[in-house]
Amino acid sequence: MKTMKDIVWYNLYLKRRRREIFVNVILFILTMLLAVCMLSLGNTVYTPDVVWRVFQGEILEGATFAVYTLRFPRMLAGTIAGIAFGIAGNNFQMILRNPLASPDMIGITSGASASAVFCILILGMSGGIVSFAAIAGGLIVAAGIYLMTERGHFSGGRLILIGIGVQAVMNAIISYLLLKASQYDIPGAMRWLSGSLNGVKLSEIPPFLSVLILAGSIPMILTRQIKILELGEEHTITLGVRINLVRGLLLGSSVILIACATAVTGPISFVAFLSGPIARRLVGAGNTAVIASGMTGAILVLLSDLIGQMAFSTRYPVGVITGILGAPYLLFLLIQMNKKGNA
Amino acid sequence: MNMNTHRLKADHLTAGYDKKMIINDIHIQIPDHKISIIIGANACGKSTLLKSFARLLKPEYGDIVLDGKKISTLSTKQVARTIGLLPQSPVVPEGIKVFDLVSRGRYPYQSFGKSNTKEDFIAVEKAMDVMGITKIANENTDELSGGQRQRVWIAMALAQQTDILILDEPTTFLDITYQVEILDLLTDLNKKMGTTILMVLHDINLTARYADYLFAMKDGKLVASGTPHEVITENTMKEVFALSCEVITDPLTGSPLILPKGRHHLFTKSHG
Repeated sequence: MKTMKDIVWYNLYLKRRRREIFVNVILFILTMLLAVCMLSLGNTVYTPDVVWRVFQGEILEGATFAVYTLRFPRMLAGTIAGIAFGIAGNNFQMILRNPLASPDMIGITSGASASAVFCILILGMSGGIVSFAAIAGGLIVAAGIYLMTERGHFSGGRLILIGIGVQAVMNAIISYLLLKASQYDIPGAMRWLSGSLNGVKLSEIPPFLSVLILAGSIPMILTRQIKILELGEEHTITLGVRINLVRGLLLGSSVILIACATAVTGPISFVAFLSGPIARRLVGAGNTAVIASGMTGAILVLLSDLIGQMAFSTRYPVGVITGILGAPYLLFLLIQMNKKGNA
Repeated sequence: MNMNTHRLKADHLTAGYDKKMIINDIHIQIPDHKISIIIGANACGKSTLLKSFARLLKPEYGDIVLDGKKISTLSTKQVARTIGLLPQSPVVPEGIKVFDLVSRGRYPYQSFGKSNTKEDFIAVEKAMDVMGITKIANENTDELSGGQRQRVWIAMALAQQTDILILDEPTTFLDITYQVEILDLLTDLNKKMGTTILMVLHDINLTARYADYLFAMKDGKLVASGTPHEVITENTMKEVFALSCEVITDPLTGSPLILPKGRHHLFTKSHG
C-alpha cells in the first residue's frame, strides 16, 4: 500500500499549503504593525508604551484624545474597509474571471457614492442616514446591473461592459451634483469622490465589523466552490456545484461588503481592484486567496493613509494615495490584456 | 472492470435556446459500457443533445433519465459522481498547475471540512498515471500543448470517477497524431474500466474506427443509429451530410471508410 509520501502531488500540495500559510502570517504581522503605526504616528508621536497605557484605561492628557478618540476609530475603519474591499474585489474577479471585474470598476462603489452625494447635497442629510443611503445605492445599482445583464442567460463579459457603462453614468451624476451644489456643502461631499478615513466615529465601528464578519465568512466557507467556478460554467455544473445559488451568495455578500465599506469610508479607489491580484500573486496561482486579499486590502489602506498623512506637507485623504498606486496598474493590465488579444 | 452500471437515456427530448427548439423529440438509450459517437452536419443539434445529457441545458419537453429517474430530481453531486464532461473549449484558470486542475475533479466527493482526503490523493494520482501526465504534474496547464492539455482535462474527468463520460469534440484543434492518441486513451478507459463514453466527433473515418455505436442526426432529429457498419453507408451519408461518397472497408481495421466524391480529381472512367 502506498503511503501519502509516495504520492507525487501530495508533496506539491503540502508545499503550496505551507506557502499559503507563510504568506498569510506575514500579511497578518504587517497589518498589525501598520495598525500600531496608525495609533502611534500623527501630529504628536506616542510610543507604543503610551498607546498601551491608553488602552489600559489610563487618562493621559492629549494622548487619550488623540489615540483613543481620533486614531483608534480611524485605524479600525481603515482595517475593516480594507478587508471588505479586498475580499469583495477578489470575489468579483475570481467569479467573473476577469481582473477588470472589480466592484470599483463596474459601478457598484460609484453607485453607493452617487447615492450618498445625492442625499448630502440635494436632500441636505447628514450622519448615519447618509450611510444607509450609500448602502442602498450600492445594492440597487448592483441589482440593476445584474438585471440588465441577466436576460435569460448570465454572462460575465456582458456584466463587465454594462458595469463600466453604469460606472460612467454614476460618475457623471456625482460631477453634476457637485457642480450644482453650494460651495458650503461641497467639503462634506468630497469624501464620496475618493474615500477618506477622516472623522470616522467609534460608534460606527461595531455595526461595520458585524457586517464584515457575516458577509466575509461566506466566501471563506465557499472557497472550494470558488475554485470550481474558476473552471467556467460548464465544468461548474457537471462537477455538481449549484451554480446560481453559489454565484448569487458570493456576489451578494461582496456587494454588501462593498456598499457598507463605501458607506463608512467612501470609495477608497483601487483597493478592491488591486488587493486580489497582489494577494493571488503572493500565495501562488490556483489559490482563492480570500483571506490574503482581505489582509492585502487592509495593508493598502493603512499604508496609504499613513503616507497621505505623513509624507507630504499637505495631508491627502487615503483615496488619493491608493489612486496613485492603482492607476499605473490599471494601465499595465490594459496593455497586458491587449497583448494577449482578449481585451 | 467497473461493476456499476448506470443507464442514461433521452426520453422524448426537445430542447433549444430562447424558445427556439434545436432538437426535437429525441429518444435515445446510451448503450452501457460502450463508446457511442454522435455524428451530423453543423447545426444539426448534436452539441445541444450532448449539453442536455450533461445537464447544461434544461429540456423544454421530455427528460434526461438516469437509472430510471429524471436527472433534474437527483442531487446535483450524486449526478456529478456518475456523469463527467469534457466541454469543447474548457476554461483554464491562469497559472494553474496540472495536479491542481486534476484535483478539482474530486469536488463531488468532498464537503466542507472533508476535502483532500487520502482517497482524493489516490484518485488524482491514478488519473494522472492513466493519462501519462504524472511527469508534468507541476507544470502550468496553460503552457502545455493542445494534446497534453486535453490529457489533463480527461484526467480531471477521471479523478471524478464517473461511469459515464461525455466529450464534446475532444479531438478538435488537435494534430492527427494527438487525435489518434486521445481516441486510443479513451478506448483504453472504456476497455479497462468499462466507462460508458458518449461523444461528438467530426471525423467520420475515425468515428467508424472507434465507435461501438453511432447516432446520426439531421435537423434536430435522429435519422439513423446502430453499429458503424449499419450507419456508415452511402445512403445514410447522403441523407445526413448531403455528401455523395463511396464506402470501402478500412484495410487496417475492417471498419467502414468513406471516400468523399468531390467535383474534381475523380477518374472519369470509374463507376460512371
